[in-house]
Amino acid sequence: MFKTIAIVAGLGLALAATAEAQTPRKGGTIRMTAPYGSSFTSLDIHTTQRAQDEIYAKALHRSLYIWNSAEGKPVLELAKESVVSGGGLVHTFKLRDDAYFHSGRKMTADDVIWSYNRIMDGSKAYPGARYVRVIEGAAAVEKGQAKEISGLKKIDDFTIEMKLTEKVDPGFYFFTALTSIYPADEAAKESFIQKPIGLGPFKFVEHVPGSRIVLERWDRFYKPGKPYADKIVVSVMGEAAARDVAFRNKEIDTSVLGPAQYVAYQSDADLKGTIVEVAEVFTRYMGMNPAVKPFSDKRVRQAINYAIDTDLIINKLVKGKAYRATSWLPLTSPAYDKAMKPYPFDPAKAKQLLTEAGYASGFEFEWTTSQNESWGLPIVSAVIPMLDKVGIKAKVKQVETAVLAEVVRTGDYQAFIYSQASGPDPQAALKCFHSATPQAACNYTTYKNPDFDKILDEAGQADDPTKRIQLMQKANALLYEEAPVWFFNYNKAVMAVQPWLKGIQLNATELTHQNVEDLWVDETSPAK
Amino acid sequence: MLAFLIRRVLQTIPTVLAVVLLVFVLFSVVPGSIVSSMSDDSDPQVELRMKKQLGLDQPVYMRFGTYIAGLATGDFGTSFRTREPVTTMIAKRAWPTLQLIFASMAFAILLGVPLGFVAALRPGSLVDTVSMMLAVSGLSLAKFWLGLLLMYLFALKLGWLPSFGYGDGSLRYLILPAVTLGVSPMALLARTTRAAVLEIMTADFVRTARSKGMSETRVVKWHVMRNALVLTLTTMGLQFGALMGQAVVVEKLFSWPGIGSLLVDSVLQRDIPAVQGSILVVVMFFLAINLLIDMLYGVIDPRIRYA
Repeated sequence: MFKTIAIVAGLGLALAATAEAQTPRKGGTIRMTAPYGSSFTSLDIHTTQRAQDEIYAKALHRSLYIWNSAEGKPVLELAKESVVSGGGLVHTFKLRDDAYFHSGRKMTADDVIWSYNRIMDGSKAYPGARYVRVIEGAAAVEKGQAKEISGLKKIDDFTIEMKLTEKVDPGFYFFTALTSIYPADEAAKESFIQKPIGLGPFKFVEHVPGSRIVLERWDRFYKPGKPYADKIVVSVMGEAAARDVAFRNKEIDTSVLGPAQYVAYQSDADLKGTIVEVAEVFTRYMGMNPAVKPFSDKRVRQAINYAIDTDLIINKLVKGKAYRATSWLPLTSPAYDKAMKPYPFDPAKAKQLLTEAGYASGFEFEWTTSQNESWGLPIVSAVIPMLDKVGIKAKVKQVETAVLAEVVRTGDYQAFIYSQASGPDPQAALKCFHSATPQAACNYTTYKNPDFDKILDEAGQADDPTKRIQLMQKANALLYEEAPVWFFNYNKAVMAVQPWLKGIQLNATELTHQNVEDLWVDETSPAK
Repeated sequence: MLAFLIRRVLQTIPTVLAVVLLVFVLFSVVPGSIVSSMSDDSDPQVELRMKKQLGLDQPVYMRFGTYIAGLATGDFGTSFRTREPVTTMIAKRAWPTLQLIFASMAFAILLGVPLGFVAALRPGSLVDTVSMMLAVSGLSLAKFWLGLLLMYLFALKLGWLPSFGYGDGSLRYLILPAVTLGVSPMALLARTTRAAVLEIMTADFVRTARSKGMSETRVVKWHVMRNALVLTLTTMGLQFGALMGQAVVVEKLFSWPGIGSLLVDSVLQRDIPAVQGSILVVVMFFLAINLLIDMLYGVIDPRIRYA
């Protein structure tokens, strides 16, 4: 009898302890790191498209939508509901009436309209313009032909109507910090850039340029009980080795890992458990210029895909910190087709295709690359001998990453290696291969295929989500067959997280971008 | 003295103008532009509007003229990227950089000069051998590697100091970056001081002083030290200026908020006004330190006149 009671009591205690362990703790400091450079670009998040800046912006600002990592899609954030009408083009948003800026003023429809009009100021070239442009009349504002976006209408203080130019899910366009809602009055002041005000769960305290941003809990945040932590410190730490020491020394709570550290952490019993990883929506590839004769032939492009031992490169050079690409859309895309298989490593088949295309003795091309360790010079150097074996000679042209971005937009290349966003919206990702998409936008290989256009246009018009996905999968399969690029890999983002930091979300759009109101630290955190 | 000062300040103007011109021309010809990097799918019409807004639609010589006119009034321009005045951006980072450089030089001088003296006073001894081994090692060590080593030892293993960051700007955050940056000038100062002292020790006036019965301590204090310091001072001046450039690596490694990291990011982002402003500050600092050193020569050696 006593034994039974003891077992039941023990189980009860264990369950209670588990429940307690999972109950978010209030207070404490979260210490995140910004690993992509030696500073934050600006405290005006509308002006910067760097992933680095969005890390702090996720705490400070809010947009109409937010990325829900668990569901793998954007969900409403500053609106309670949206009603679609007008053949899928008109979205009426019922805004939250409990969202307060850090100045204490309530957000209204005017702030949303003001923010989107600001982003479309063409003389400033705000990077978020690429998203807001989907609203009717936004492009006219950008070009200076209109003063206000005609497709945005205030119905009342908390209702807004948005007319889009095409039938898309606006969630994919309005979830990043680039389209954050600013307070119309305060944001117009010059002091705003020194002391930004947002709608996020944390308010701005201090910015030490090149070192850190400190934010503290905003008590009037609209999600009850959140945020959990009192304070967030985002430290700029561009050097992976320095991050490693700081993480091991328990001075930071998160650290992005590169390929070498990924291997080291996996083999360290103390650190192995700290690793979290996710397939991010970025596809790494070699783009081929169809205006350069050998690459205009599909067989040549396919031959390149057969000639490269991609798995070997991923395992040995990228240290397994990537997923093999099976076409354009990545693993975490809603339209990813699990049945797709990558091009096998088959040099004989590559040789045969080259012979059929009239290049039995091979050809030579110039390959433009940056120095990036995961999709730059080291990869190119490993691929060159593989291509050489089937008779293709590649000459390396090395440029800076900023220059490479310009090279791919202007088409000043024969071939290039790059990492490009291939999500989260599969439709937008595939649209980069639509003939109507300019090269400067994202059709970097100037891909043109009427069949592909037709399938994608059909997908855009489809009301049934299942049919839509099927059509996008079909378009993606066609891309695989056409091989406008060498499909290399999908990025595997890896981050080490201290055991006391809870609530980390596997964000496939960018792992470092966390909805910080859901994060909390337990009592073992050394940070006060 | 005043005439010397005015003349030297005036002499710096062509140097500053040459640097400004060089940076201006360089960033006008290197590939990559702020317009294309800010929004990667802009309409050509929008790009034109942005160029106009930033003044990039004007010919290089006109932009240069506008910039120089601004400089004359202390206006370094506005950052393309952040839309902040460049002077504000630099002002935020100037103090941490100065903290780092002065602390590094203090470390270098306080350790390097005595080390060089001691080594030279006992040439060929164990002290000399060990000092010079340290000096050669200090010169050969890569800052990045040394910084990591210090982090590992003093932060991770001993737990005495934080491994990164600026904290509240206190000494404990400054020590590791300052030592990392200061080791190389310390080594150079030790070697220069040793060589200078050895040379002076064999000079005629030192032999004369000794033959007059002056004690060795007095010989060293009154004849050797003063003369050696003139030579050492030149190295100090050059190192002070050089540290501004070398600080980039250390600032990035330790997340130290200085001008170096601003310069690196601005170059990568093609933020030309911020690059020009940062370089200008580095150059002006270099010139100011060297002017100060020239003036100090006269204090140490009264024979030097400001003719």
